[in-house]
Amino acid sequence: MSVQASVQSAADDRLMPEKEPAILAEELTKRYGRLLAVDRISFQVNEGEIFGFLGPNGSGKTSTIRMLVGLTQPSQGRASVLGYDLSSGISQARRHIGMVPDQSNLYDELSATDNLLFMARLYGLPRQEQKSRADRLLKDFGLYERKDDLFGNFSRGMKRALTIAAALIHKPRLLFLDEPTTGLDAAAARSLRSLISGLRKKGLTIFLTTHYLAEADLLCDRIAILVRGRIVRIDTPEALKRLVQEQSVIEFSFRGDLSSSIRVLQGRLARSRAALLDRNRIRIYGGDPPDIFDSVFQFSRDIGIGIESVSTLLPSLEDAFLKITGQPPQAVMAEKDHGRNGVGRSSSGGRSGGRSNGGGR
Amino acid sequence: MMWRDEMRGIYEIALKDMRTYYLKPPAISWGMVFPLAWTLAFYLRNPGDFAELVPGLLAMTIVFSTTAAEAVVINFELRLGTLERLLLAPISMTGVLLGKVMGGFLFGLIMTAIVAAGAILALGLRPDILSLTIISLLSLLVFSSMGALFSVSVREVFEAQTLLNLPRFLMVFLCGVVYPVSALPDGLQLLSRLLPLTYTVQGLKASFFQGAEPSMMRDLAALSLFLILFLLPAVSLLQRRFR
Repeated sequence: MSVQASVQSAADDRLMPEKEPAILAEELTKRYGRLLAVDRISFQVNEGEIFGFLGPNGSGKTSTIRMLVGLTQPSQGRASVLGYDLSSGISQARRHIGMVPDQSNLYDELSATDNLLFMARLYGLPRQEQKSRADRLLKDFGLYERKDDLFGNFSRGMKRALTIAAALIHKPRLLFLDEPTTGLDAAAARSLRSLISGLRKKGLTIFLTTHYLAEADLLCDRIAILVRGRIVRIDTPEALKRLVQEQSVIEFSFRGDLSSSIRVLQGRLARSRAALLDRNRIRIYGGDPPDIFDSVFQFSRDIGIGIESVSTLLPSLEDAFLKITGQPPQAVMAEKDHGRNGVGRSSSGGRSGGRSNGGGR
Repeated sequence: MMWRDEMRGIYEIALKDMRTYYLKPPAISWGMVFPLAWTLAFYLRNPGDFAELVPGLLAMTIVFSTTAAEAVVINFELRLGTLERLLLAPISMTGVLLGKVMGGFLFGLIMTAIVAAGAILALGLRPDILSLTIISLLSLLVFSSMGALFSVSVREVFEAQTLLNLPRFLMVFLCGVVYPVSALPDGLQLLSRLLPLTYTVQGLKASFFQGAEPSMMRDLAALSLFLILFLLPAVSLLQRRFR
C-alpha cells in the first residue's frame, strides 16, 4: 500500500498559529462515577510526529482519545487540539481531525465507495472533489477493485483499511488511531503499519494507542507509557530502551509449563528479575549471567523440565516497559491480543541482535 | 458557517438513513402495510363509510412510518459505534439527533403522501389540502421525535421497539383512530387529551370533513408543545450518553 497523494497538505486552510503543538493536555482527568479512568495527565504532541500511547487495557488510552476528540468531556483539566480549546472549539477542531476507533465503524449496508462519499458529504467536501478523493483513497488502500462491495462483506483487515480511509477523506491534519491493528492477522497488520508510516511521511500528525510494544517501537517518534490512568514516562523509543541497556537480558525456553514454578525460580535469583513470557518461556533481567545460568540449570533439574533453548537479547521496549511499570509485557497484551497480529509474538521471540519484524518504519 | 455545517449534516444523515434503513421492506411493511391492514380489518368487522376511517388510517400511517426504524437508526448505531462516527463530524449532537428525526420524518412523509393520495383519489374525497398538509407535517415531526426519545431512553434495539409499542398501540385505541374519543369513558377521555395522536386525528378529521377552522389552531399548538416535550429530553439523554 502506498499513500501517495492521499494526505495532501492542508496548509491552505490552516487556521492555528504556527508552532502550536498539535495536542496540549494539562492535568486531564476523567472519572466514570467512582472509577478514575484518567488521572491528571499532561503531555504535548508536536505537529508531524507519531505519538504513541502505550498501556494495558483499562489504563485510560481510549478515554483519553475520547476526550481529545470531544466524544466525552473531561472531569477536570484542559486540553487544546490543533490550537482549539476542547471546551469551546471542538466543533471547529473536528474539521481537521480524523479518528479511527478500535472497532471499524462504517455502514455494513453501504459499499466502500458509498461509505467514503457519505463521509465526504458530511464533512462538506466540494462536490467535484468527492468522487476523485474517494477513488484516490480506495486505490491507495488497495481497495479499488472492491469499491462496489458492501462494507459488511469485507475482511477484518479490509474493514480496518477502509475505516482509516474514511478518517482521511476530509484531509485531516491530525489522525487518532485507537488500537489500529488489534485483531488483524500478521500480514494485514504489517500492511497497516506500513500505511501508518506512510501517513507520517506525508506530514500528518498521528496519535496512536496500542498495546503492542513492538508496534509502538516501530512506528512512534515518542511514546507515553500509561499505567492505571497515569502517564509514568514519555520519551523516544530509543531513550526508553537506553534505560535498560546496561542490564543483561537472557531468555530461556523450557520443554514444559513453568507457570506454577516461576516463584521458586525468582526466589533463587538474587539480583535478577524473572518474567514469564508464556507458559514455556521466561526472560531474566539484570544480575550476573554466570550465576543466572547456574541457578536456572539447577532449577530445571529440580523441577524436571528440560531447557530447550537459551538466548541473550538486546534490550527492547518490552524490557523498558517492564522496568518502568513493573509489569511484564504480557500485561499490556492481555485480553485484546488474539495472537494473530504478528508483532507481539515475533518481537518477544528471537530478537538477538536487533528487530526481527518487518513493518512500517 | 456553523449553521451551514449543521444543515448539511442533518440533510446527509437523513438521506443516508432513508437509503440504509427506511426504504427497505421491514420499514415499508411497518409504516404502510400494517396501518392499511389494520384499518381494513376494522372496516370488515364494522362495514360502513370507509371515508370516515381515512383520518385514522393516515394518523396510524404517520405514527408507524415515522417510528418504523427509529430504534434501529439510533440504538443499533449507538451499539455499532456508527453514531460516534457521525458525532466526530463538524456537527453538533443536536444536529445528529435532528438528522435521525428527519430521516423518520421523510420516510413518514413519503408513506403518508402515498396513502393520502390513494385514499383521496379512490374515494373521491375533497380535503382542505393546506390544513391537511400542515397538520400532517407537524405530526410527522412530533412522532419521529417521539420515536427518537424512546430510542435514546434505552440501550438495546429490542427494548426500544418494545417500549415504542406501548404508546403506539395505546394511542391507536385511545386517540380516536378507530373509536371516537367521545365514546370512551371519562377517565380515558382525559387520558386521550394527554396523547399527541388525539390532536393529529382531530386535525385530520377537520381538514377532511370541516375544512380549516379555528379549533385546528388548538391542535397545532398542542402538537407543537409535544414536539418540544419529545425533542428536548431526547437531545439531553443523548448528550448524557457521551458525558
